[in-house]
Amino acid sequence: MLEVKDLHVRYGNIQALHGISFTVKEGEMVALLGANGAGKTTTLLSIMRLPPPEAPLVTKGSILYKGVDLIGVPPHEVVSRHGIGLVPEGRHIFGNLTVMENLKIATYARKDPANIQRDYERVFGLFPRLADRKNQRADTLSGGEQQMLAMGRAFMSGVGFILLDEPSMGLSPLLMQELFRVLKELNEAGTTILVVEQNAHLALRYAHRAYVMETGRIVMEGPAQELAENPEIKKAYLG
Amino acid sequence: MEVFLQNLLNALQWGSFYALIALGYTLVYGVLLLINFAHGDIFMVGAYIGFFVASFFLGKYAFHLPLDLPPSVIFLLTLLLTMALTSVVGVTLERVAYRPLRRKGAPRLYVVITALMCGLLLENGNLALLGASRRSFPELLPKAVYDLGGVSVTNIKILVIIAALLVFVFLETVVRKTKLGMAMRAISYDRMAVPLMGIPVDTVIVFTFVLGSSMAALGGVLFATAYPVLEPYMGALIGWKAFIAAVIGGIGEIRGAFAGGFLLGFIEIFVAAFFPSTLRDLISFSILLVFLSVRPTGFFGVARATKI
Repeated sequence: MLEVKDLHVRYGNIQALHGISFTVKEGEMVALLGANGAGKTTTLLSIMRLPPPEAPLVTKGSILYKGVDLIGVPPHEVVSRHGIGLVPEGRHIFGNLTVMENLKIATYARKDPANIQRDYERVFGLFPRLADRKNQRADTLSGGEQQMLAMGRAFMSGVGFILLDEPSMGLSPLLMQELFRVLKELNEAGTTILVVEQNAHLALRYAHRAYVMETGRIVMEGPAQELAENPEIKKAYLG
Repeated sequence: MEVFLQNLLNALQWGSFYALIALGYTLVYGVLLLINFAHGDIFMVGAYIGFFVASFFLGKYAFHLPLDLPPSVIFLLTLLLTMALTSVVGVTLERVAYRPLRRKGAPRLYVVITALMCGLLLENGNLALLGASRRSFPELLPKAVYDLGGVSVTNIKILVIIAALLVFVFLETVVRKTKLGMAMRAISYDRMAVPLMGIPVDTVIVFTFVLGSSMAALGGVLFATAYPVLEPYMGALIGWKAFIAAVIGGIGEIRGAFAGGFLLGFIEIFVAAFFPSTLRDLISFSILLVFLSVRPTGFFGVARATKI
């Protein structure tokens, strides 16, 4: 479904990605692992087509989604027309809006009002704490709740493919587990997922497949279980 | 007592003008963190467009309407058409002046300077195009003066005050209840995440300029109806004052624009009531200066890391 081919990307004069290629098939949950600065976030931002200065410049290669090249597509259309959503690093929830408004604003471009109601119930079913805090300003939420809201918001935008950037960052181990369980649940219900993680242990437990990045290149790939048992990975990421 | 009520009424009217203009500053600032210094001149452009539209409807040009419209209908049509046309001017400024800078990631200071220049351009463009002679706005609404126990009230004053209150309710509803309004608030908090909601940022920005410019146009036509003398620099001083009102109220907040606008109106009118009117601006702005030094973010504003 998503097919990234020979993607070269740079920020100004700094080459961030040196020709990476990977695929995500429909219904899969794929993890993108690697240390800080490996180019994981850059990869996600390139797919989302965010405008500068946030986003990097693609100099070569292609990003095909369901056969359409996303390069040249404005970011809001990547969401509304192509159905790819991003839960960005650091959550980026709208702190001055209420929890409910954060979810509502995500439905801006949707044209299926009948399903929207069902999706609200779905989000509140997955994250009951958001339902309790519905009318609270979002910046009063705890870090974990904000992460839930960011995920709920991506889900409410009605996309079939969600990219997540370091969802476990800054969370307690217990909350991390809970978030990944919810991700798995969403995935099993049909949402395709590409998750960037530093916590390889966690990601490999839940994902089907994984890619490992190092300084702008993909250095390893395979089924999650295989990678989890790979001695090199064990040494580098699993301690 | 009558004197007090009379002044109160005048203050409400002036406050309404300031509030209607201050809104445009505050809306654009809320969304772009840009002080659109051309906005006072958008008010002027609104008054002039209103003048031409009204003259057109009154049949002052070669073209005559096939039917005679009652003055109130002409007034309403003038108002609506002027709001629409002035919005076009406001959006054009955003398209040709501000957007290209935004695309290039220019620092906000440069955009503010550009806004200042756009204002000068509008003033001097008008001067070049229409000449320095003043124009008098046609009387669309026959003026009616009511005497309420010693306090004289004109229909226009009442109209201005009611219009400002309606605009307040309308804008608060738009910003609180509609998705575009939510997007306006969301942008000020986190611009990067807005497109991730499937929302085109430019649409929200254009919408903001439409709201701000049409309210300035409304203010312009009402102002010209109350004080029917038009000249190219009429927006400069009142624009500055409305900007100050927006800051006093807490820039970025709609209710702040109203609070600040009315406060400025009250201070000016009541200062002029007790002191020689030549000292009016000196005294009223000294009061506001003291207010700001005590509460730099205004009535409703919150401190932000960066301004300008």
